[in-house]
Amino acid sequence: MKFETTNKLKILASAAKYDVSCASSGSNRPNKDKGLGNAAPWGICHSFTEDGRCVSLMKLMLTNHCIYDCAYCANRKSNDIQRTTFTVNELVELVIEFYRRNYIEGLFLSSGIIKNPDYTMERMVRVAKELRTMQNYNGYIHLKSIPGASEELQHQAGLYADRLSVNIEIATENNLKMLAPDKNFKSILIPMNTIRDKIIENKEERRKYRYAPRFSPAGQSTQLIIGATPDNDKHILNLAGKLYNSKKLKRVYYSGYIPVNNYDKRLPALNEPPLKRENRLYQADWLFRFYNYSINEIVNDDYPDLDLEIDPKLSYALRNPWLFPVDINKASLGTILRVPGIGVLSAKKIILGRQYSKLRLSNLKKIGVVLKRAKYFILCNELKALTINELLPENVRKIILRENKPLKQFNNAIHKQLNLFTVN
Amino acid sequence: MNLFIYDQTFEGLLTIIHDAIEMNIEPDKIISTKYFQDDLFATKYNISTDPYKFDKLWNKIKEKSNEQNCQRIFKAFLSELPDIEITIYDYIKLIIETPYNIEVNFSEDCVIKINNAQKKVGRESQRVLMFVRFQKTIDDIYYASFDPKYNVIPLTVSHFRNRFADQKWVIFDTRRKFGYYYDLENVREITIGKQKVSFESGKVNNDILHMSEKLFQKLWKSYYETINIKERKNIKVHMQFLPKRFWKYLPEKDFKSELILN
Repeated sequence: MKFETTNKLKILASAAKYDVSCASSGSNRPNKDKGLGNAAPWGICHSFTEDGRCVSLMKLMLTNHCIYDCAYCANRKSNDIQRTTFTVNELVELVIEFYRRNYIEGLFLSSGIIKNPDYTMERMVRVAKELRTMQNYNGYIHLKSIPGASEELQHQAGLYADRLSVNIEIATENNLKMLAPDKNFKSILIPMNTIRDKIIENKEERRKYRYAPRFSPAGQSTQLIIGATPDNDKHILNLAGKLYNSKKLKRVYYSGYIPVNNYDKRLPALNEPPLKRENRLYQADWLFRFYNYSINEIVNDDYPDLDLEIDPKLSYALRNPWLFPVDINKASLGTILRVPGIGVLSAKKIILGRQYSKLRLSNLKKIGVVLKRAKYFILCNELKALTINELLPENVRKIILRENKPLKQFNNAIHKQLNLFTVN
Repeated sequence: MNLFIYDQTFEGLLTIIHDAIEMNIEPDKIISTKYFQDDLFATKYNISTDPYKFDKLWNKIKEKSNEQNCQRIFKAFLSELPDIEITIYDYIKLIIETPYNIEVNFSEDCVIKINNAQKKVGRESQRVLMFVRFQKTIDDIYYASFDPKYNVIPLTVSHFRNRFADQKWVIFDTRRKFGYYYDLENVREITIGKQKVSFESGKVNNDILHMSEKLFQKLWKSYYETINIKERKNIKVHMQFLPKRFWKYLPEKDFKSELILN
């Protein structure tokens, strides 16, 4: 391992860092023949960077050379940056050595397009193949599928990888064409369909033959960039909903746009990345996937954008006050899940706990239900408190916002360390 | 006051709980020999550990409840929290006396306490899986030490054995001064001397460190620094996920070793 490798690692890690996906969950690949590694189905994070993101997989680009010129990308061909390429051996050694020291959960490999999609994809598959067959490595591998690569290569990639992904990046086709002239929706959706069909086919096969090789056991995912184009949240969430439903994606990631190419006038000038919006989109995504909300309930023609001040579940409840208050001791799981502030775990605990005795606020607190928002939307086995219908939605909103915010100012103003001796 | 004394082992604790239930004596305090202080006015019960009584009670709990619940009790025991013993006694008694399942009856105090304790232990053992960092030594053994709040190293052994099946490794608990060694075949419990590793920093002495080790630590550190997106800086979340007490194990967070590396 030479000095050169250190340099390459810096360049190619920096090139890959804008990809959000770092999940190592969903695959239960076992350790084979006393080899190295296995995949933990719940996923393990191994470190956290100062931006608060977890480091689970080692995210690297195979190369940052690229023949495409996408406006939002740091590696576009018109950028004058240092370019380099990993050899297969260098990459394999890095993965193995880091993995053995428990630094990482596996590899996330992406790449710029060199020559043509097939050529690029073939080299990526070679890395995965080397790891799986020569090194008997059974840790996690996430491969970026290159749009336009042949079906055979996609198939091989799926056999070695735990998860495949194709990034859409921009939520509407017109905007995509404007920012990335070399790409179109069709070129992205075709590999997505191929992967989906192969995963379904493989599941069927494994039902019949237990030892049939797995195909991308942790499914596929994609990423959407937020804030680089004027697309509203309704566009973005509707696209995400379609991807979950018809493409059977495991995850859609939202990535707040970070201005990497300030000189390009097609992109908006942002003072800071839209992190709050990104956060709200993830919350909406969760509501759709785990709380049985339909996209239309979260965003629609009347409310095309998510409220940045309050979370989408609270915002839905304030728009629909007639659904509340919910009686904690009688309501169904689905109804309790719609109470702002009550999560899936708390809701299940409520259902389990209420078979022994009627629950009061104090019981809820003991179970660990957070009542800060929930208390305006529920009835317990207690005297009726003021709920949303007495207080009116706009007041509830004010109260909750007031409780959230001034705490910081308060801290700064009053909680100042006192001097023991006055210094003149 | 009834004071029950046991020998710090789980078997010992279950033996005295078995006897307390059998004799129908309500213990006011259960204490291990490690923390025992003589009490002039207490009636002391010093019962020696009996595998037969342990099995009898353990099977009874399994029969009345389920395997998962037994695991929950064991994990709560590993928390070593003060007075966890009396909570376990209450919990077991509740299981035995109630005709239906009680593990989700959150109106009982001991149920909540057991659940909280086992949750804490579960989290801490997860942290071991996350933040353990192996250092390769000259004899190709991968060494890691950890200073867990609760006695969770035994819970993590199977994970590491499954994962690192083709390398020898040691995981050492520097607080409780014992660890596990995997020799490619079996895992066994070991203790090690202070000369070879520092119990404070968890670091292996330089003279037995593999020659490539420092290089990979450095590579990892530079990777970690590169992957950070400065525009998204969020120290609050960072500290929440990566509390300072783990920093000493992590090459990427260890500022002292930087001086040595460069």
